[in-house]
Amino acid sequence: MLNFESLRALKTEAKKRLDARLADVPAVYLDETGTYKLRGPYFEKQTRIVLKNCEIIDPENIEEYIALDGYKALADLLEKNVPRREIVDEMIRSGLRGRGGAGFPTGRKWAEALKHDADHKYVICNADEGDPGAYMDRSVLENDPHSVLEGMTIAGLGIGADQGYIYVRAEYPNAVKRLNIAIAAAHKAGLLGERILGTDFSFDIELRLGAGAFVCGEGTALMESIEGRRGMPRNKVYRTAERGLFEKPTIINNVETLANVHHIYLNGADWFAGIGTPKSTGTKVFSVVGKVKDAGLVEVPMGTPLTKIIYDISGGIKNDLAIKAVQTGGPSGGCIPADLIPTTNVDFESLAAIGSIMGSGGLVVMDETDCMVDISRFFMDFTVEESCGKCTPCRIGNKRVLEMLERFIAGNGEPRDLPRLQELCEMIRDTSLCGLGQAAPNPVLSTLKYFRDEYMSHVRDKRCPAGVCKSLMTYVVREKCVGCGLCKINCPVKCITGERKTMHHIDPNACIRCGVCAAKCPVHAIELA
Amino acid sequence: MITFMINDQEVTVPEGTTILNAAREIGIKIPTLCFLKEQKGVEFQSASCRVCMVEEPGRQKMLAACSTKAWNGLKVRTDTPRVIRTRRLMVELLLSNHPKDCLICHKNGDCELQTLAADSNVREVSFQGAMNKCRIDNSSLSIVRDMNKCILCKRCEEVCSNIQSVGCLTDVGRGFHTVVGTVFDWPMTDTTCTFCGQCLAVCPTGALAEVDNTRKVWDALVSGKTVVVQTAPAVRVALGEMFGMEPGSVVTGKMVGALRMLGFDYVYDTNFAADVTIMEEAAELVHRMKHGGVLPILTSCCPSWIKFIEHNFGDMLDIPSSCKSPHEMFGALAKTYLADRLNVPREDMIVVSVMPCVAKKYESARPELSVAGQSDVDIVISTRELGHMLREIGVNFESVKESDFDDFMGESSGAGTIFGVTGGVLEATLRTAYEWITGETLENVEFEAIRGFEDVKAATIDIQGKPFRVASASGLKNARKLLNSIRSGEAHFDAIEIMACPGGCIAGGGQPSVHQDYSILEKRMAAIYGIDEAKTIRQSHKNPSVIRLYEEFIGEPYGEKAHELLHTEYKLRKKM
Repeated sequence: MLNFESLRALKTEAKKRLDARLADVPAVYLDETGTYKLRGPYFEKQTRIVLKNCEIIDPENIEEYIALDGYKALADLLEKNVPRREIVDEMIRSGLRGRGGAGFPTGRKWAEALKHDADHKYVICNADEGDPGAYMDRSVLENDPHSVLEGMTIAGLGIGADQGYIYVRAEYPNAVKRLNIAIAAAHKAGLLGERILGTDFSFDIELRLGAGAFVCGEGTALMESIEGRRGMPRNKVYRTAERGLFEKPTIINNVETLANVHHIYLNGADWFAGIGTPKSTGTKVFSVVGKVKDAGLVEVPMGTPLTKIIYDISGGIKNDLAIKAVQTGGPSGGCIPADLIPTTNVDFESLAAIGSIMGSGGLVVMDETDCMVDISRFFMDFTVEESCGKCTPCRIGNKRVLEMLERFIAGNGEPRDLPRLQELCEMIRDTSLCGLGQAAPNPVLSTLKYFRDEYMSHVRDKRCPAGVCKSLMTYVVREKCVGCGLCKINCPVKCITGERKTMHHIDPNACIRCGVCAAKCPVHAIELA
Repeated sequence: MITFMINDQEVTVPEGTTILNAAREIGIKIPTLCFLKEQKGVEFQSASCRVCMVEEPGRQKMLAACSTKAWNGLKVRTDTPRVIRTRRLMVELLLSNHPKDCLICHKNGDCELQTLAADSNVREVSFQGAMNKCRIDNSSLSIVRDMNKCILCKRCEEVCSNIQSVGCLTDVGRGFHTVVGTVFDWPMTDTTCTFCGQCLAVCPTGALAEVDNTRKVWDALVSGKTVVVQTAPAVRVALGEMFGMEPGSVVTGKMVGALRMLGFDYVYDTNFAADVTIMEEAAELVHRMKHGGVLPILTSCCPSWIKFIEHNFGDMLDIPSSCKSPHEMFGALAKTYLADRLNVPREDMIVVSVMPCVAKKYESARPELSVAGQSDVDIVISTRELGHMLREIGVNFESVKESDFDDFMGESSGAGTIFGVTGGVLEATLRTAYEWITGETLENVEFEAIRGFEDVKAATIDIQGKPFRVASASGLKNARKLLNSIRSGEAHFDAIEIMACPGGCIAGGGQPSVHQDYSILEKRMAAIYGIDEAKTIRQSHKNPSVIRLYEEFIGEPYGEKAHELLHTEYKLRKKM
């Protein structure tokens, strides 16, 4: 069991051992300020605070975390006996906003929970990361689990909580394994559990595993799930900070938010507030995926131009095709069209202003070969599958939106469908019970706004400009045809006609678009158009 | 108090009042579907149907009136084109996943979704698409679940879990495929469902229904056999509502007359059998008291309650009285005593029960309530089903000529009548037991302390200087609490009455729907006590027909013959 003194001694020892180990690791170097960093321009162009330890320390070894000032922030607060109010005020001053999506000021959440007296209070870490293609939280949990534990413990100290829960999805087995190792190690070291570091402060953390429901990332559904019920959003009569888990004051913070906490207390709120923009402070981790050359996690200060992330850090568009749009915020977010990309910075305000959201940090880059109707369909398919089924607009409305998009893609849409689609989407946005339903139509609404012509092509001309929607395409025989007849022989529906050594013809009405003819053609004369 | 505006009207209400309740106070109607105001005034705000959305001008997000507490200075509108369009769209969405076979739905004319669609002026369903396909669960003899018609208001889950503490209904499946189901989607018969029918009493659509036995009755009436019918005490104070009569109208005579018009050979009264029940139950109580038997004695008239105790309190199955429920006593007596008097062979007699209850349907098929595979009661129909049959033959109910019950099993005391309300069975028992224990005449037969709609009513009655502790609970959650307190030794009682439906049989699952207007239940209760008060004979053991039955046929109450015909046993059932 550590105390303040032995923690400091351990740090010195552990630092020496870490230095010795990292001296032989070529991917890591020590910069001029004495900080370990990952080598290479991809990393050096980033501002890594949350991801600072990732890929550098051994996440299964608590000493390596301690070596790099881990648990120092917690120890300092405890040793100096800082009053709760001051801890919370420091968080308010830092301007940290929730990284889970909505961007609610973390300090205000804490202050609200501090205000309410109760025999128990809870700190929940929302680690139910579920946006397709997003793995910011997973990276932190797997590579730096103690930063989350320390953040939660400081939060517990600040609001007067005695119990924390990490609600982590079961599909992250590695994260679960490392969290379990980290919790056991912190327990053993006296950094978690009864009388932390020999003080009067006790705080424990338990894991709760999600069972694969995206909606359990919604705070009230998450609490229902922890309490042992079906994960469905609550009708919010009370704020979570007043009556949350088991009807007690509760704060729910996202993994990335909590991973910022100890940095704020180590370096001061002013340091943190100095990063990013005045209203969106600090950094944000983005999961940049899609048609970029270097996909991966990128941590940059809030307010960084989108172009810097896409071109400077992620290397630009694959195959040097033209960029068409960037989708931010996952299935609840919106699409930013190419012409707005050069003027868009990534912070809460700027993204909201153009109809998208920050979300949890998913960033999907699309090029000219992506069909926006199909992209909308993809995201709607996801939310329809993940709706909890409680309220009418989300349960039935989103299903009808999806069906409409599927009709467009199959060539069965009509121009008069577009205003109806718009009306339905707006109704779902304005009337759904929880954030999932309210944000679900965002991908459709934003693409309807910026890519309406593409929708029009689908419903009026029955054409997919990007060449993605197969039902709207036909196979045609080009001039190159040598009349070998291979296509005709292999066509399963016998819709190809033509005499030997003359140009063949495909009947577009009978064609089932299987593509066998194009694959068989020895001279590549058959194309999708 | 807070003051805010609804549609330019100022309204001042206590803090914490929802927009919906404030609007109702000033006569502005906001339609709802999932909202449920329960008997005790508790509001269930599932907030899931989103039909009650109202607009705060200038704000994009709309507000659910049922669950949003108003605040000072709030301005909302319930009448803007946006509100009206949103509501219509919401109803269209619900209809897009709802069978549109209203004309042949049992809820036709009594369906809240149908009314809402009409009120919202829906003329087309704009967004057609896939519909949820669910297997209809008609496994039980009491309740049919057709989840294709469910709109997921969750009212049934609320009453099943929080009013009845049975908890056999919950959401299953995800997203569009979410339905209200049972645990592991088992058929109802395999669950702990007690068939109280409170779920179908609150269902706004036709998703939950009683098993319709009216066809069986029509077949029986033309079978050439002797068909006798009995009517439960709570039917006569509610049947009139099916024909637009004022709630609380007592329609005993018209009901008997109408049953004769349907073609029943003999019309009898379950109230008579209720008097017999008191003879047996009071005798059993006296027997237990004299011979150091188990106390408290629990009433056993309610089949739903019996199934509940069999599932949940298997260690306490020696506590309920062994008396059959009144309509089963009637069935057993009809096929012996009455068959003999009418000169009809047992197998040529069909006994039909008209009950305010759907659990009685399941009860009548319990094997121990039959002789040689033939149930004592052959067919059970609910008050609603009787109403439907009378509509079928085009009865003008209000002008039906009044008639009296037939002899032998038609006469009843006031005590038999009050079986229809919570506290009534206990009061009827006391009216007789008091006299039997003390040998004195009871001056005041009215026990006010155990009347009314409270969850649990407890009283101590002085019997020859000794305190006699009684309690009555209605609603299974209250019953569970009471039983838990007895099991833990916290509470001691000598006699307890339990009815599964809050308020008793007048609020049964087979009664005409009250659509959340619980003043109707108060009127039905008042009507029952009114019938009792008007009776000259108000104690079961003074009913001349009952006395004749015992003299001519049964002999001693709680005696050998009584045991054979009028008592039963219970079985242990699994908890899940």
